[in-house]
Amino acid sequence: MMLDIRNLRVLIPTDRGILNAVRGVDLQIAKGETLCLVGESGCGKSLTATSIMGLLPRYAKVTSDRFQMAGQDLTTRTDGKLAKLRGRDVAMIFQDPTSALNPTLTIGRQLTEGVVRHEKLSRKDADTRAIEMLDRVGIANPAARLTQYPHGFSGGQRQRIMIASALMGRPGLLIADEPTTALDVTIQAQILALLGELQSDLGLSLLLITHDLGVVAAIADDVAVMYAGRIAERAPAADLFAAPRHPYTQGLLAAIPVPGVTPRGSELPAIPGRVPGLIGTMQGCVFRDRCALAGPGCINDPVPRVDTGPGHFVECVKAAEVAA
Amino acid sequence: MLSFISKRLAVALLVCLTVSALSFGLMFLSGDPAIAIAGSGGRAEDAEAVRIAYGFDRPLIVQYLDWIGSALTGNLGQSIYFNVPVTEIIGNRVGVTLTLGFVSFIVALVIAVPLGVAAALRPNGWIDRLALVIAVSGQAIPSFWLGLMAIVVFGVWYGMVPISGADTWRGYILPVIVLSYYAIPELMRITRSGMIDVLATEYVRAAKAKGLPMHLVISRHALRNAVLPLVSLAAVQLGQLLSGSIVIESVFALNGLGRLAWESLLRSDLPVMQAIILILSLLYVVLTTLADILNAVLDPRLRGAS
Amino acid sequence: MSEVTMETARPSLWRKMRGNTGALIGGTLLAGIILIALLAPLLAPHDPIAQDLTRRLLPPFWHDRSVPEHLLGTDHLGRDYLSRLIYGARVSLGVGLGVILVSGAIGITLGLLAGYFGGWIDMVISFAITTRLSLPIVLVALAAVALGGASLITLITVLGLLLWDRFAVVTRAAAQSLRHQEFIMGLRAIGASRTRILFLEILPNMRATILVVVSLEVANVILLEAALSFLGLGVRPPTPSWGLMISEGRDNILFDPWLIALPGSALCLLVLAVNLFGDGLRDITGPARK
Repeated sequence: MMLDIRNLRVLIPTDRGILNAVRGVDLQIAKGETLCLVGESGCGKSLTATSIMGLLPRYAKVTSDRFQMAGQDLTTRTDGKLAKLRGRDVAMIFQDPTSALNPTLTIGRQLTEGVVRHEKLSRKDADTRAIEMLDRVGIANPAARLTQYPHGFSGGQRQRIMIASALMGRPGLLIADEPTTALDVTIQAQILALLGELQSDLGLSLLLITHDLGVVAAIADDVAVMYAGRIAERAPAADLFAAPRHPYTQGLLAAIPVPGVTPRGSELPAIPGRVPGLIGTMQGCVFRDRCALAGPGCINDPVPRVDTGPGHFVECVKAAEVAA
Repeated sequence: MLSFISKRLAVALLVCLTVSALSFGLMFLSGDPAIAIAGSGGRAEDAEAVRIAYGFDRPLIVQYLDWIGSALTGNLGQSIYFNVPVTEIIGNRVGVTLTLGFVSFIVALVIAVPLGVAAALRPNGWIDRLALVIAVSGQAIPSFWLGLMAIVVFGVWYGMVPISGADTWRGYILPVIVLSYYAIPELMRITRSGMIDVLATEYVRAAKAKGLPMHLVISRHALRNAVLPLVSLAAVQLGQLLSGSIVIESVFALNGLGRLAWESLLRSDLPVMQAIILILSLLYVVLTTLADILNAVLDPRLRGAS
Repeated sequence: MSEVTMETARPSLWRKMRGNTGALIGGTLLAGIILIALLAPLLAPHDPIAQDLTRRLLPPFWHDRSVPEHLLGTDHLGRDYLSRLIYGARVSLGVGLGVILVSGAIGITLGLLAGYFGGWIDMVISFAITTRLSLPIVLVALAAVALGGASLITLITVLGLLLWDRFAVVTRAAAQSLRHQEFIMGLRAIGASRTRILFLEILPNMRATILVVVSLEVANVILLEAALSFLGLGVRPPTPSWGLMISEGRDNILFDPWLIALPGSALCLLVLAVNLFGDGLRDITGPARK
């Protein structure tokens, strides 16, 4: 297991009360596997990723029952232990490549500073590896471009540079927070293809956060659907698309028009209601106010996790009833 | 980069010319400079004599060009009161002002920038609150009042510093403290807000994600970007310190340029007045131009396409 | 959709303090001082310029030698200090307001024209701003007042002609960003005249920004007037200006420090009030900044 987290919780104190942003999330990613964490804005997926990296502000409280990453046990989360892994065993790329690159430093500097520090590489060796990386991610004429600044590159190129930068330390786990959201559709496809290639070449594990089911379909081995701070359903990608079990997942998939199948002029079914606020705790199932199947059992009782197949579980009272 | 510098220099030159014309024009604000010099209670013949002696009867443009021409060769006219070249008088006094201005500037920077950075790193911490108090008080307390009170408390009651004059370096302590107290708030605020903005950026997050230790994140990534708005402000502040010291010089009886300007005004010694305004303005232009160039050095985006 | 972001999580103390509390405290203080200034003839126990040489330099009420008719003592010419302080508020606020009106009018107009029309108008006005920024204002103001005359009107005019730059810079930036907004293009498309657009559409949208600049500049003007009066080239005696009072009290500070302590504190209080209020305004009306 490259990443094994049980019962991750993130609490953020605010003016209006304690925000339960992440309410007991389990994540496991095997070596070389791609897990996509999917959900709408506000479900807590980005916070999950950020908390795994240990990059939340100090007033945020992060707890877990188990936290193992890259072979290290980080359950007693000291910042120091986590900091040692950053940039080496685990790396992260961000949504907006323009703002994620420092405008006042050359890309060469930004690519090499991590390994110069961690592996004590000489400038020359670091530059060589950087050139190699840039080439790998598809930047033409890499040697000359090392001394250039970020504003001299296009958006797609900057994302490639960011990927190269993340992989410089040869991590085992790459966390990608909406890496294609800020890019044009055609570039998106290229970046996803690139990630796929790098993954198989380097044996990378990939945790990819996104709200776009198209991205999921393109690249995921496993999918975890997140809603209001919890994982509603997790399944291998094919299974999820073929037979979603959670009403939320079903709603999401139903809302996607399929050419040739969805009748023209018909209204796309939307999930009624809104995402609940995350302040305070909630009894029962968080999704019940928007769920067509909601029943009395969904209001007060804790929601069971039901295994519905190999590698496939869903948190739903109704699913438990069906299974039982 | 070169084209940027040359453009900036061209603008600076133009501003210098305009400013010189304005300084020159100042003489004629009172109407007839001959009367201002000869004294308003004097006789018409005296005024006429002055007029001819100083060349006020010539067309304006000729007077201006003559003045500019002489200025370029280092001749800023003759002091009416002292009857020696203006440059000589200014030369005697400029040292005090420059020392006062530069030392205060450095002290202000040394205090304001680290304070601003520290405040930004822990918003709402005790350093932040201290910084808030300093900023608010520094902006509300009139500098001359602070100076006077300081003289009373430290000079008279406790006898720690001389109460006037700049014969020894001790005479500079209070004026420097007062002047820098005036300059610190804005410098600190802009450092703080710049730093806060930068610390919230994605590239700082990315730097942390790379596993860089905090001190590197701050010194290499954050400061470089946070300092950008500071450079322009610092230049303006330095200019103000060098010219705004007139009040402080008067409070502490320091014989600097500012005090000279004030005295010249009271004595209607117009050539000295003109010269001082011209010099200080040129200084401002130089400082702001340097600041712009420094900005371009620090921020590659300003240099145009790479 | 409740977007969970770091920014909404924990507003900083600066914002909270300088937001509502700041505006409240500053505003109340400011309102109080304005009231005092307006009601000066009713509140002041004596005529501020009436001299009484038999009662010079009496100390304020916390001293033994004090006299009940003069709560805050008298100055070197026997004038009641409390009354002078009260009337001094009029001077500070009056000059402040006057200068802001003049400089605001100039600066806003220039800024609007430069920001909206761009092109060579912008170049000329920007050049004017740069030139103005290169002038040492205290010296120029001193020279202008010394050479141009001693009246209050001259003072206000001179300062007004010198302090318009921040208005111009801010208005110009705001006009530039507003100019490109779609509702403006829509107005042009239906044939609205430029003057109409400028003054009836763009200007009102800048109200908040302008208000913030006003509060910042008022504090500057008040301190500048005090400094000029202190140097003897601002408000002329016998008009009570706090800066002037400090200068007048200077010779006696060793024995009678209240002569400068009182007007100085008054200045601090007023400027503090204006700054707090202005900062609070800025936090309330502006985007989320720290």
